[in-house]
Parts: sequence; structure tokens; C-alpha cells
Amino acid sequence: MPETVKPGGAILDVQDLNVYYGRVHVLQDVSFSMGAEPLGVLGRNGMGKSTLVKALMGFIPTESGTAAFEGQNIIGLPSYKINRRGIAYVPQGRRIFRSLTVHEHLTMVGAPKNARWNIEAIYETFPRLAERKKNGGADLSGGEQQMLAIARALLSNPRLLIMDEPSEGLAPTIVDHIAEVFRSLVSAGQAVLLIEQNLRFATELCDRILFMVNGQIAADLPATQVARDSAVQEKFLGVV
Amino acid sequence: MDIWPLILLNGLTLGAVYFVASSGLTLIFGLMRVITLAHGTSFLFGGYLGYVVAAATDNWILGLLAGLVAAGLLGLFTHQVLIRRFQDDDMRVALITLGVAVIGTDLMLAVFGGTATQVPFPQNLQVALDLPVIGEYPLIRLIILAIAIVLGLAIYFIIAKTRFGSIVRAGVDDAPMTSATGVNVRVVFAVIFAVGSALAGLAGVISGTLFPLLPGQDGSYLLFSLVVVIVGGMGSIPGAAIGSALVGIVSQFALVIAPTYAFVLTFALMVIVLAVRPQGIMGRPA
Repeated sequence: MPETVKPGGAILDVQDLNVYYGRVHVLQDVSFSMGAEPLGVLGRNGMGKSTLVKALMGFIPTESGTAAFEGQNIIGLPSYKINRRGIAYVPQGRRIFRSLTVHEHLTMVGAPKNARWNIEAIYETFPRLAERKKNGGADLSGGEQQMLAIARALLSNPRLLIMDEPSEGLAPTIVDHIAEVFRSLVSAGQAVLLIEQNLRFATELCDRILFMVNGQIAADLPATQVARDSAVQEKFLGVV
Repeated sequence: MDIWPLILLNGLTLGAVYFVASSGLTLIFGLMRVITLAHGTSFLFGGYLGYVVAAATDNWILGLLAGLVAAGLLGLFTHQVLIRRFQDDDMRVALITLGVAVIGTDLMLAVFGGTATQVPFPQNLQVALDLPVIGEYPLIRLIILAIAIVLGLAIYFIIAKTRFGSIVRAGVDDAPMTSATGVNVRVVFAVIFAVGSALAGLAGVISGTLFPLLPGQDGSYLLFSLVVVIVGGMGSIPGAAIGSALVGIVSQFALVIAPTYAFVLTFALMVIVLAVRPQGIMGRPA
């Protein structure tokens, strides 16, 4: 069994999560726990990373296991209840609503005016979105869509933010900008669970890295060790 | 006097009835991706209820409201009690709503009989207006055209400009992701289903004012509404407006030019649109 942080200050505590797609056992007894420190989940394509977050967000049914968010199990709840408990989701591929403008994406979430993240705060943090507020979601560039997906999630004022491959398919300068946003969120105390294939992006931004291999958590290591240990990278990601 | 402008206006007013009936279906279809085969049942049920209330109270407006509310409640019942748990299962929803339609057809035949009824409307509206080019034209048909236009603009405004409308459109685009932003999409579904059914009921009263209400119209209006939604593009209110106008106009012109083929030509329109633009005139590729 991989070593996990013992629950205590844990925001999210996942125990023995199992997911099947038909007869394929996609998530196998996945257990881990995280506090406020940013946690990265790395792994190659098809290893179960996205399945893990989809199960946590209530998108797909699970076979067994629990995920305690702030002490209460969220497995089995519909997505909107999971969101209202305090988890927001930046999905892989961004999943921007193509018939909504930028501004409508933000107003539909209905963030309270006096909350940390309201529409004004979003436009201040992402001036590019303010410039494009009347544009349709489908007309945005990849980087702008990623900003909008993050903004949409932040407006729920989540206590845990789950980001699934936010650097995917973006130009290096945009990735740097996303990283900057990520760091400022973390330094403001935002708990983030980051799913990534991009090793450098994840190790620079997270304190701890979980490696997923074939639906199991194969290792739980400090990010600094992952960043410098090419043997680890080779073993779990097949990169040198 | 040329008869073509008259036929065009007849087509538009018939299209107005189709629009009110199909605007509800396009919302249900577009948002929930389920086919409700009970839509025609809401139409005829609303029409009959409107007839009963309008005849009893001698108030046409009350009749319209009665048809709207009765069909809305029927829709709410159908959604909450019968199909809510199976919402993700297209085949079951189709079969359950087919069951509602079959039972509804027979119940309405038993209660309202097999003869034609017409919704009474005020004497002072039973006049003709002298229009340029066309000549004398029944005022009630123009009123109904106006109702359809106002209703269409109102629905369009709600969908395009309000927060609820944003949520509905987001739900059409990506229901799971909408849910992940904290929206209870199922409640939105229920509202849309009830509103869609209510609009069909209103269409029933409107239609029953212009034309006789007959058993079997539940089936034919379900069919026409489906044609309109397919031609206009599912989920699109402007699409439903364009589709309704086209179906209304084509069927009226066909009645004059080739009456035998009037029904066929309406479907030929659908076939042509499907061949050229499978997602419908205002629809987006899936």
C-alpha cells in the first residue's frame, strides 16, 4: 500500500475507491488523503487520473469506497450537491458552454456579492476575461477558455479546487500564466488537487505528487524528489 | 384580388399555432435530449380544458389560462411521477410518454366524446378586419398571430437574457458540467418540462378557437411539432419560429396547389431540410 497522510487536518480523505467501466476495473482501491497543500496526481494517459476526479465530482458511479470531504462522504451525491459542499471543478478540455458568453458563464454560478470570489474580483484577476465579456464561449482561444473555466470554478468559492490537466494543449506562455494564477491561489490558502501529465508543471506547483499507474496509486512522493529523480520519472511516467 | 397573400397569411396564422405547440417541445427536446410522445396529449388536454372553462365562464382568456395551467400540471405530473427516475434512459422515457399518450387519447375520447368542439370566444372579436391587399380577414386569427409573436419574443428574452436562461442553455450544452457548477439540473428539467407542456396546452386552446378540436389531433400535433423541431433545429426558439412558419405556409400553399399531397409536402420539407442541413435550420451540429 502506498503511504498516505493520516486524516486529521485532511480536507479530502479517499478510502478504497473502486470504479468499473463495464467489466474493466479502472480505479482499484484508490486511497489518499490531502490537506490544504496542493497535491498533484501524475500519470500517463489512460491510467485513471480523470476517472478519479470524475468519480469525486459525481460524474460517474462508483463500485465501492468513500471520499470524505471535510469529514463527510461525498460519494453517491449528485454533482451539484458536491459543488455546494465546497468542491469546484476545472474539467479536462475546459468544457466551456458554447452558447454562453463569458459574462453569462460568470453570472450563472450566482456567487454572493460579498464572497471572496465575485464577478468583480474575477474581472480584476483575469482582465482578459473582462475585455472579452461579451464574446461567446466558443470564440475564445484555448488560454482564455482555461481562464474562464478556472473563473467559473472559483465563483463557487470552493474550499477545494480540482483541476484536470489545465496545461493541456496550451502555449508555454499561457501555461506560465496559468501557473502564476495557481501559485497566487495557493498562497491565498486555496486547497488544490491537480491532475496532470505535465511533469514540470505539476512538480513546480505542488508539494506532493501521487503517481497513478493502471488505476492504482503507485507512489506518493514529495514534489522536490520527483522533480530531480529521473529514475522515479522513468519508472512511473516513462520519460527521461 | 390575388389569393396568394391570403394563403400566405393563413399559413402564418396556422404557423402561429404550430409555434406555440412546438416551442415547448423544442425546449424539452433540446435540453433533456428526450422525446416526449405525450406532447400532443398536453395539446389536446389543454384544448378540451380550455373549451370547458371558456364555455362555463364565458371568458376566453380564462379558457386560455385553464388550458395552460392544466397542461402544465399534466407535464409536471408526467415528469415528477413517471419519468424523473428514468431520465437518462431515452427508450424508457419514450415508452412511458407513449403510454401517457395512448391512455390520454382514450380517456379524452371517453370524456369529451368523438364529435368536434370549438372553444367559444367573445362576440366582439368575431369580426373581420379590412386589410390592404388581402381584404377582409378574421380578427381572431390576427390576435392569435400576435399572441404567438409576443410569446415567442418573451421566451426568447427569457432564454437569451436572464440568468435562468443562461442556466438552461448551459444545461443544453453540457448538463453534467452545469451540475458541477452547483445547479440542480433536474429542477431545471422539471420546470422546462412543465413549461413545455403548458405551452402545448395553450396551443390546444388557441387551435380550438380557430379550428374544431377533434380526437386524433393529439397525434397529428405531436407529429407537426416534431416536424417543426426537426426543421427548425432542436433547442432553438428562433428555429421553432422559422420551422412553424415554413410548415404552416407550405401546408396552406399545398392545400391550394395540390390538396392531395398537402400532408406529403409538409414531410417533404422535413426530408429536404434533413438532407441539406441535418441539424435543422437554426440547429447546431451535435
